[in-house]
Amino acid sequence: MSIEIRNVTKRFGDFTALEDVSLEVEGGSLTALLGPSGSGKSTLLRIIAGLEQPDTGEIAISGALATALAPQKRNVGFVFQHYAAFKHMTVRNNVAFGLKVRKRPRAEIRERVDQLLALVQLSAFADRYPAQLSGGQRQRMALARALAPEPQVLLLDEPFGALDARVRAELRDWLRRLHEEVHVTTIFVTHDQAEAMDVASQIAVMNTGRIEQVGDAMTLYDEPQTEFVMRFVGEANRIGDRFVRPHDLDVALDPVDGGVEAMIDRISSLGFEARVELAAADGDALTVQLTRERLEELELERGQIVWVRPGRDRVFAEV
Amino acid sequence: MRRFGLRGIALLYLLVILVGPLAMVFYRTFEHGFAPAWNALTSPETIHAFKLTLIITAIAVPVNTVFGILCALLIVRHRFPGKGLLNAFIDLPLALSPVVVGLALFLLYGRNGWFGPWLSDHGIQVLFALPAMVIATIFVSLPFVAREVVPTLREIGNEQEQAARTLGAGGWQTFWRITLPSIRWAVIYGVILTTARSLGEYGAVAVVSGRLQGQTETATLRVQERFESFDLPGAYAISLVLALIAVLVLVAMSLAKPKEEAA
Repeated sequence: MSIEIRNVTKRFGDFTALEDVSLEVEGGSLTALLGPSGSGKSTLLRIIAGLEQPDTGEIAISGALATALAPQKRNVGFVFQHYAAFKHMTVRNNVAFGLKVRKRPRAEIRERVDQLLALVQLSAFADRYPAQLSGGQRQRMALARALAPEPQVLLLDEPFGALDARVRAELRDWLRRLHEEVHVTTIFVTHDQAEAMDVASQIAVMNTGRIEQVGDAMTLYDEPQTEFVMRFVGEANRIGDRFVRPHDLDVALDPVDGGVEAMIDRISSLGFEARVELAAADGDALTVQLTRERLEELELERGQIVWVRPGRDRVFAEV
Repeated sequence: MRRFGLRGIALLYLLVILVGPLAMVFYRTFEHGFAPAWNALTSPETIHAFKLTLIITAIAVPVNTVFGILCALLIVRHRFPGKGLLNAFIDLPLALSPVVVGLALFLLYGRNGWFGPWLSDHGIQVLFALPAMVIATIFVSLPFVAREVVPTLREIGNEQEQAARTLGAGGWQTFWRITLPSIRWAVIYGVILTTARSLGEYGAVAVVSGRLQGQTETATLRVQERFESFDLPGAYAISLVLALIAVLVLVAMSLAKPKEEAA
């Protein structure tokens, strides 16, 4: 159940949403499309589902060309950010919808819906209407509904975007466990790098309609190929034309080779680690992450002049 | 006190403008007892007039319901050249005097009109007959369903429809199972308004019907005819029945309020 996206371009009037995007998604994997709003990630997801047509390029699902197929013929499950719950139907009928339109036998529908409601822990809410559910419950219902017709592919468009932080984290864990159980090829769109890195086995970082880099969380974090990826998947300092992660910087009390002179602006202790914010001599703001031991050893204080020394840094070609 | 004052003004206004005249109709109908009113209502011409009104309404309402839903879907869900024009044209019957509508139909279907000669060559009688009265009624009651449905369609958005598509529903299934249930209250409201307008239409129908007693005379035309013939109890009685139907329509409207998904 692999997905192949080949040279897809999509424009809305003057706005280029996707520019020659290609991506391969392995069958059974969990892939995140990560990027800021307007980067084209949702458009790409909607093109895979058939809810938008690409101007050029192709989509293949399980090796079969799907570009010309209507959404209802693609056998994909789609979960919307704002749930898209069928408001006039009970939870049970929402989940049963995909099976009913396929005219499956009544007994089979009942059994499958019961099974899915148990899976998303909504059995007790089967006869309620969506308006009587919380946001998290609605989204779980939407997931069960999308999974009911046993789709080849599950697509989630910012599925946790409208939920509060605690429910978000809960559902994120839950999605990961669900994927381990069901193993359907899953692509989800998010602008939250922590969410992508936590859940996905493969991440495609998108920016202004292009894919910047594809890889697992560690690769993106440790070996970003562009400045955008470096900045988007984690915090980054810019020193001249080099980029350094805050934990790859060290502080020295005396001038050192390759060190940058800077004044300490603020020190905040976050338990086991500390963040030191500094202003470099050329005006750049820097953030250094130190262990608690290192902070105590250095005895830093606000207003002090120190030298910041990069451990690992990177230079990116100008794009 | 202040709120009471405003409430008083609103009530007084309604009393003078609406309730007063209606109460007068009621009073006048039975001023000389029950018999004159009953006789007026059971005369063959009056019964025919009510039948005709109901037949016209029974044709105009379904036609305008289907057309109204279709137009609303086109306006909200599709992009096409001429959409602005369609949107504007739907309101035309609200802006145009019904008499003008009647005259326009006269010019189209009359003996020297565009379609008139062809139709009479083929033995089809439009003017001074049911077809013209139905067309006139459809014309004046056309906007109501579309105007009620358009804002509701906008409000619900198309995500539910898209979700239905990804779940395997075709266009027709999506319409019957998702779109129509979502807009049903707006449709019902529109149907009720269309019905009320069709029952009460006077001007356009008056022009195209020829007002032949017992043939092309609707209930509203009958009221006027009775009035002009100095049969005041008759006119009042028919008016009362029309008013009662209007009240029934209002009751139906207040019953047709969304319940389960009010949140």
